[in-house]
Amino acid sequence: MQNDIAVEVRNIRKTYGGNVEALRDVSLAFPRGKLCTLLGPSGCGKTTLLKIIAGLIPANGGEVLVDGRKVNGPGPERAFVFQDFALMPWATVLRNVAFGLELRGMPPAERNDIARRHIAEVGLAGFEASYPNQLSGGMRQRVGLARALAVNADIILMDEPFSAIDEQTRRKFQEELLDLLKRLRKTVIFVTHSIEEAAYLSDQITLLSPRPGRVARTVEPGIDRSRGPDEIRRDRHYLDTVDEIWQMLKQYVD
Amino acid sequence: MTLFGKKIPLVFSLALWFGLWEIVGRAGYSSIIPPFSKVIETAFVIAQTDKFSAAAAISLRSFAAGMALSIAVGLPLGFLMARVASARRILGMWVNIFVSAPISALVPLLMAVVGIGEATVVVTVFLFAVFVIVLDTQVGVQHADRSLVEMARSFGASRRQIYTKVLILSALPEILAGLRLGAIRGVKGVVIGQLLVSIMGVGELFELYSKHFLMEEFWALVTIVFLFAFAISEALAMLERRVEYYASSR
Repeated sequence: MQNDIAVEVRNIRKTYGGNVEALRDVSLAFPRGKLCTLLGPSGCGKTTLLKIIAGLIPANGGEVLVDGRKVNGPGPERAFVFQDFALMPWATVLRNVAFGLELRGMPPAERNDIARRHIAEVGLAGFEASYPNQLSGGMRQRVGLARALAVNADIILMDEPFSAIDEQTRRKFQEELLDLLKRLRKTVIFVTHSIEEAAYLSDQITLLSPRPGRVARTVEPGIDRSRGPDEIRRDRHYLDTVDEIWQMLKQYVD
Repeated sequence: MTLFGKKIPLVFSLALWFGLWEIVGRAGYSSIIPPFSKVIETAFVIAQTDKFSAAAAISLRSFAAGMALSIAVGLPLGFLMARVASARRILGMWVNIFVSAPISALVPLLMAVVGIGEATVVVTVFLFAVFVIVLDTQVGVQHADRSLVEMARSFGASRRQIYTKVLILSALPEILAGLRLGAIRGVKGVVIGQLLVSIMGVGELFELYSKHFLMEEFWALVTIVFLFAFAISEALAMLERRVEYYASSR
């Protein structure tokens, strides 16, 4: 069961306000245990597609299958990491991380235990009692990631999670994310507009063309990830992938 | 406050005004303005009379009932208008008209409907307070972080949970501001209701003092009512500041 499909979308269509076509006939498969990226210029509907997969917005046509079953809304097997972190400013880090479990009605002692474990996992041990406005952007997104991990979903949906974080922090975060995923074996669907980020992180990259969003191409970088991050960034496959994607995307940039 | 480059405590401004009042009062230009010290003295005297405590009890009861009613109606209505577009379209215009309407002018009309008595005063307080509570709640809920609602939904929150665990807390700063403004207007409502319609409670005292030209008593009562409104407003403002602390990162 290692190489089967965790999430599949079939013929997804989405139109906003009756005339703005965001997605046209998008069909894609996301293999289990892999990190797949949706990449494209702004306006290509990549975030829309991710939110349709999350069940947060309805599609106008087509279907989303998770583990082979059709889904129509959010579900416990999927967890979302938000671009703007979406942390509750009135709640401590601990309560934010435990929020998904709180919504499920888990008793406080139990959910706080789980939350503490995941806070430590993302490197925020000691900040359990802090409030979001006391944390840096990078730390806030760690809270967002811990919250997604805490509900123990198999599939993690990440919407440009590093775009609001400064470059240095972002690199470190990317490395840690790869490290974490190697251990946790999650399926990740990742939205980004950064070619380097996509090439560095992904097992599979889907390029979307803008207005209307369609699958332009799917690339599998085939980078050997057993080596360190610095080697990956010098790897020929990595550099070739970045170049290949850029050649493709260039035509959409005006 | 800074004056000539020196920091001066805010209390000083009050002291200055009271000093001025005292001088004008003592100069005896007008019997309408007794010296401030006399007013304070009188305030302590009337505060101890049975007549005052009876009046205050009636007024407080009307105020509390009117405020409770306007909160019970205002909050749900504000939420409804924030979340349901059609409710906003239908009610929005009316709320906006009434929030700025001269409600005092309507009070005598209320007599015909509600009759003369405590109920009229309660309705007056309600009318004074409810609309600003509705508006502020609506604004707070409407401006509540949409991505927090989306976040809660993505983690499987029920409709109820979205309200109790996200929207109310997210809108709390605006809701508290609405309650504070509502309470201040409510105090006005009590006095106006009791003056214009049913001559009772504090309104009756005002009527009595002004009719008999007891200016010291009159101003003493004004001061007491003002202090009451000020205390309520400050208590709510303190709560607001604590909430602002966490809301500042929005």
